[in-house]
Amino acid sequence: MSTLIETPPVKHKREVIDRAVIRFAGDSGDGMQITGSQFTNTVALYGNDIATFPDFPAEIRAPAGTLPGVSGYQLHFSSSDVYTPGDSVDVLIAMNPAALKMNLADLKPNGILIVNSDAFTENDLRKAQTKTNPLEDHSLDKYRLFSVELERLTKVALEHLGIDAKSISRCKNFFALGMCYWLYNRSMEPTVRWIDAKFKNKPLLVEANKLAMKAGYSYCEATEAFQISYEIPPAQLAPGFYRNLSGNQALALGFVTASQKSGLRLFQGSYPITPASDILHELSQYKDFGVMTFQAEDEIAAITSAIGAAYAGALAITTTSGPGMALKTEALGLAVAVEIPLVICDIQRGGPSTGLPTKTEQADLLQALFGRNSEAPIPIIAAATPSDCFWAALEASRIAIKYMVPVIVLSDGYLANGAEPWKIPNVDEIPAFPVKFATEINGPNGYLPYKRDPQTLARPWAVPGTPGLEHRVGGLEKQDVTGNINYEPLNHENMVRIRAAKVASIVQEIPDVVPAGDAEGDLLIVAWGSTHGAITAALKSQRAQGRKIGHVHLRYLNPLPANLGDVIRRYKTVLVPELNMGQLLWVLRAKYLVDAIGLNKIQGRPFKQAELEQKIEELLGENSQ
Amino acid sequence: MSTATLPPITPLTKKDFQTDQEVRWCPGCGDYAILSAVQSVFPELGIKRENFVVVSGIGCSSRFPYYMNTFGFHTIHGRAPAVATGIKAIRPDLEVWVATGDGDALSIGGNHTIHMLRRNVGLKVLLFNNRIYGLTKGQYSPTSELGKKAKSTPFGSLDRPFNPISLAIGAEATFVARSVDVFQSHLKETLKHAAAHKGSAFVEILQNCNIFNDGAWFSLTERDARSEHIIQLEHGKPLVYGKNRDKGIRRKPDGDIEVVQLGNGISESDLVIHDAHHPLPLYAFLLSHMETRPGFPTPIGVLRDWNDLPRYEDVMNQQIADVIAKRGAGDLAKLLRAGDTWEVK
Repeated sequence: MSTLIETPPVKHKREVIDRAVIRFAGDSGDGMQITGSQFTNTVALYGNDIATFPDFPAEIRAPAGTLPGVSGYQLHFSSSDVYTPGDSVDVLIAMNPAALKMNLADLKPNGILIVNSDAFTENDLRKAQTKTNPLEDHSLDKYRLFSVELERLTKVALEHLGIDAKSISRCKNFFALGMCYWLYNRSMEPTVRWIDAKFKNKPLLVEANKLAMKAGYSYCEATEAFQISYEIPPAQLAPGFYRNLSGNQALALGFVTASQKSGLRLFQGSYPITPASDILHELSQYKDFGVMTFQAEDEIAAITSAIGAAYAGALAITTTSGPGMALKTEALGLAVAVEIPLVICDIQRGGPSTGLPTKTEQADLLQALFGRNSEAPIPIIAAATPSDCFWAALEASRIAIKYMVPVIVLSDGYLANGAEPWKIPNVDEIPAFPVKFATEINGPNGYLPYKRDPQTLARPWAVPGTPGLEHRVGGLEKQDVTGNINYEPLNHENMVRIRAAKVASIVQEIPDVVPAGDAEGDLLIVAWGSTHGAITAALKSQRAQGRKIGHVHLRYLNPLPANLGDVIRRYKTVLVPELNMGQLLWVLRAKYLVDAIGLNKIQGRPFKQAELEQKIEELLGENSQ
Repeated sequence: MSTATLPPITPLTKKDFQTDQEVRWCPGCGDYAILSAVQSVFPELGIKRENFVVVSGIGCSSRFPYYMNTFGFHTIHGRAPAVATGIKAIRPDLEVWVATGDGDALSIGGNHTIHMLRRNVGLKVLLFNNRIYGLTKGQYSPTSELGKKAKSTPFGSLDRPFNPISLAIGAEATFVARSVDVFQSHLKETLKHAAAHKGSAFVEILQNCNIFNDGAWFSLTERDARSEHIIQLEHGKPLVYGKNRDKGIRRKPDGDIEVVQLGNGISESDLVIHDAHHPLPLYAFLLSHMETRPGFPTPIGVLRDWNDLPRYEDVMNQQIADVIAKRGAGDLAKLLRAGDTWEVK
């Protein structure tokens, strides 16, 4: 393969830059997600810091060439820190007029625009509801337009292989990818390896995809189309081994790790739902770790089978999104009542109802906190970045087992599908949390299933098959210690308070919050979940302008960290940016009686850094001191 | 198995399976008889008490686990089969019995019931069918007869009832049987057959609710007429019934069945010989439909007992064992470093 990837002598200008944002946009059938993830993998392997934003429609194949069918993949890569996928893009690849129309607004003035000119026929323009041809009507004059006959050039490169026209056409995304590799002076080697593995049993497709990519690369070289190429040196990340990781992959690896560290069999009960299904796909591959995945008949069976597995002694999890959470509600209450360890992952998406299945939102926080009948408190942990999902899964598993409670992990579509470099931890340095099942009778007259540990208030975990510990549990109210059914008024109040106290006591696990940025000052930003990157970037920029701002990003949403109230009072103003109508805001106002202000975006998209900065400037005044 | 080398074990008795909890069913409820039968059968199965788990949903029948001195889990309405599936997946060695009712298993939990059966999870399911909602005080159930006047249907129910046996066979259950609360010896024998079955064993138990649906199965249980209305199925025996054992079931040339009077040239050798072990569920389904046809008896006993399908929990665990045998046990450090990685120095 060495001839394929050898960099020819440089005839054009090469500029070293710090960062770039590139977006691949095309029809759902154009392979944009693969193209984007291949480019991502390549730059990550080279050592750039990255953040990605795959954005695709809920329809698997909307009518080709139409606006609803447009699928996009955005990547921000840099030689320094990357916190977001980027507010606007430096390079846009548009495979058809619909992709151009849907994405052009995000392209920077003078940005590079590569379009597939073969897809701008009258018919294509009509499907994109475009009256005039943008390639001819001067509407693109403020960009550096590269009109490339992707369809024809791919055909010329591949026609000698004797494969059908459709298969040839499907390779044009790799022609575009080859062009981008040339533009950013990147090796094609990682993608060559991927093609070899992906089409292992289809040698013709291996050849076709490699040739298309090489043709794109050579096209740039031969035509000197761009006149300039860019070089983004590797980022200065902390030493260690890295890999590129998405949020859903990270959750899966986190649970396998939790299984190994607890010594418990991992059981996943799940029903396919966007954007959570990938966790099931991932975990179903890890049977060599004893992982048992169960694709249940519905969301309810998914969680109740997990409850059964937990009852039998497994580390049990169930993974879903908002609509599935709604269906699991009653079973969550059962897990609270029988005090059994269980981890529930809610990969949030736009709602209500089916809503925006493939778009991100943070609007399930109050559902996670309160979405059950009666008093049924559940600890909640939120992941902040894609790779942080690994640690969230591990921590949720540890707390569930230690306190004998169900724990909810909140992620969202943006974290689930977005990727970033992950510094691979040393397995031996991750603390183990071995489980001790009850084996002894713990009362004078027999086994007491609700006799609690005084520090954690956890009840013992006695799995069926343990001689002498036969006992009954269930959803009916029970007496503490004995577990016998009990409907007495004061007993019920006592049990409600014990269950609440147990969850509240988890605060002893939670480190005090230490704000990023200024430890006190004019503004505190309190947030949670996937807004972490955009807020970090905005904070850095605003503090560089002299503003005194702190940032607390909450990992534990129930219970909240013990010192949060004190920290909040050290700032004049509190801003709570969320991708919802103000759910954490509601909690903070209720709990701390603080007149916090919300910044709320409900568009199925993450915050842009600029949106946050604009709000900060609005609150603190345009001019810093 | 030789018992000589084993340490002496005090055999379990019915009393070992009784709890200290006050039984809170209405006096005269058919559930008492079922509880007694199960407590009598469990000690005879040669299984350690700690290896029994009784799982239930919601309803009168679902209080069952509280009265069994085994591991027990009273879950939520309709979901017992799913909870029990999770238990069996992790612990295939446990003997897991599900107690459920006509509302629990066929209405709110219908989905879980059919999926448990098609997967052939190794669970024993006791469906207490009293054709009424008892715990919510007397609404019609999915097995109530068409036109049933109940609390929520003062002008008669408009729903055609499910036949639980037909439903289970339709879901390709590998074991399907029926018994009656008041036929204690028949019930115990049926439970023993169920216990001996490897995969999902579905037992419908016709049960009286003397508060909200008294005489639910009167025509079958009434002493004088019962033998005319019930046919007891026994594998390998001809389908004969009647007080004088003078009626039988015969195949018609078109494959259907008919009731015939024995005598006048018709003898037992002309009748259908009951074959519970047939791999296909077609014949069992035909039998299950008899009671809905005028002039036919209601079958009790084991309709279907086909043991050749592996249990779900076994294939689940076998698949894991096969992958481990092929790939070796997973190495966590390797897993975390899988795929394309790079080193920053």
